[in-house]
Amino acid sequence: MSPPALLVRDLSFAYGKGSKALDSVSFTVPASSFTGLLGPNGAGKTTLMALVTRLFSGTGSIEVAGRDLARHPGPALATMGVVFQRPTLDLDLTVERNLRYAAALYGLAGREAEQRIGAVLERLGVADRRKAPVRTLSGGLRRRVELARALLHGPTLLILDEPTVGLDIDSRRALVDHVHALCREGELAALWTTHLVDEIRPEDRVVVLDRGRVVAEGTVEEAVHAAGCRSLAEAYHRLTGRPAVAA
Amino acid sequence: MSLRHARRAFWGILVRELLRFFGQRERLLAALVRPLIWLFVFAAGFRTVLGVSIQPPYTTYVLYEVYIAPGLCGMILLFSTMQGALAMVYDQEMGSMRVLLVSPLPRWYLLACKLVAIVLVACLQVYVFLAIARFWDVDPPWLGYLAALPALLAAGLMLGALGLLLSSLIQQLESFAGVMNFVIFPMFFASSALYPLWRMRESSELLYQICAFNPFTHAVELIRFALYLEVAWTELAWTVGWTVLFLAAALWGYSPVKGFLARTGKGE
Repeated sequence: MSPPALLVRDLSFAYGKGSKALDSVSFTVPASSFTGLLGPNGAGKTTLMALVTRLFSGTGSIEVAGRDLARHPGPALATMGVVFQRPTLDLDLTVERNLRYAAALYGLAGREAEQRIGAVLERLGVADRRKAPVRTLSGGLRRRVELARALLHGPTLLILDEPTVGLDIDSRRALVDHVHALCREGELAALWTTHLVDEIRPEDRVVVLDRGRVVAEGTVEEAVHAAGCRSLAEAYHRLTGRPAVAA
Repeated sequence: MSLRHARRAFWGILVRELLRFFGQRERLLAALVRPLIWLFVFAAGFRTVLGVSIQPPYTTYVLYEVYIAPGLCGMILLFSTMQGALAMVYDQEMGSMRVLLVSPLPRWYLLACKLVAIVLVACLQVYVFLAIARFWDVDPPWLGYLAALPALLAAGLMLGALGLLLSSLIQQLESFAGVMNFVIFPMFFASSALYPLWRMRESSELLYQICAFNPFTHAVELIRFALYLEVAWTELAWTVGWTVLFLAAALWGYSPVKGFLARTGKGE
């Protein structure tokens, strides 16, 4: 059996000497699954993302496709693609230049990089904007380019930190659809952070984070059942004490 | 980390720096205007006041413009590398730094690549400045331009490493203006960039000692001698020593948490 795409065990983190932003967080993202990391603002989602992507280091363990992130950061990061919450594309450079830069960081160059860039842009429907400066693209298209960049090196785990922030409804729906399709088609698992429950589908898995702790984990059905509720929105409200938000 | 991967990553980082630099013409203009004003206006005004006697590496009396040209090269490096290094932690660059830091290469290597790329772009600016200065009677031997390259690289690396160290040491480093007032200007004025140190000694022994200790003085003298095809061994040793010290401390202290906190206010 293949190892889970992501295995987090007893993860804790505090900013400076303050109280813990994350407290003994444990959860699993199985291979080829879409896992929604739900939590209100301030729950610790972005901190968790920073730890999983090794921007920070905390106590506890993180395994990516069976590789320990602290002990083998190179191989672990090589199987991970990341879409950050804030835009990280160079606005003045073209779509292709942005992707070439990312390709180089993953050791891809020349014809191989060329082909992969072509394939991934085609897949996400932005191939015709390849030579366009990122500045000229709409917010939705920029997000798709960021997704393309995260997929360029063929990761098995995709980390998306509130990727729909600032997008209009259509772009948001398109992005949610894209990532679900990617998880269905291939061997890609996604960890999708959000505070919007309507981005999670009934067949997804869910991890609910509140004040730095995991308060529910499993399939949507399991989480709803465990909370004794009828819907994810209701369960979210009961678990976090805050009403579920839909866009 | 395979050698091929490391090489490709460095090339990718360098190409991106170059594209960004040439994509923003105003950046090149801004980088050149400052030293050119010093050369065209300040030097013209002060050439009669500040006489420079014959001193190595010069073999004759030189114009004041000629004397301050290496210092202005240092100034370009100082501003450019310091700004670049600070941006690695605090500025809008933080976004692209994240892309860099989540890639599967050791963090020290990625930071070093980024620093070298920043220094190379700064060196390019120095050469544009020197080309313009040639029309203003700053005419070192042609081979001097080539000989100056290693000196410029060493000086640039030292200053970039200092910038990186400062950003990891100082908590409330809100803006570049603060660094300019408290680091860049004191470093520039308390150095041999604008006046020979013996002149400083005539007015104050303490100031002279401070200037002689200033890492920027060593960088400027290294560049000055290299431009005239001489190796200032002592200055070279100082510059390399400072670089190793700053770089080791900076890499040890570098934490993306700080830039992250600066951007999000308090984190989440």
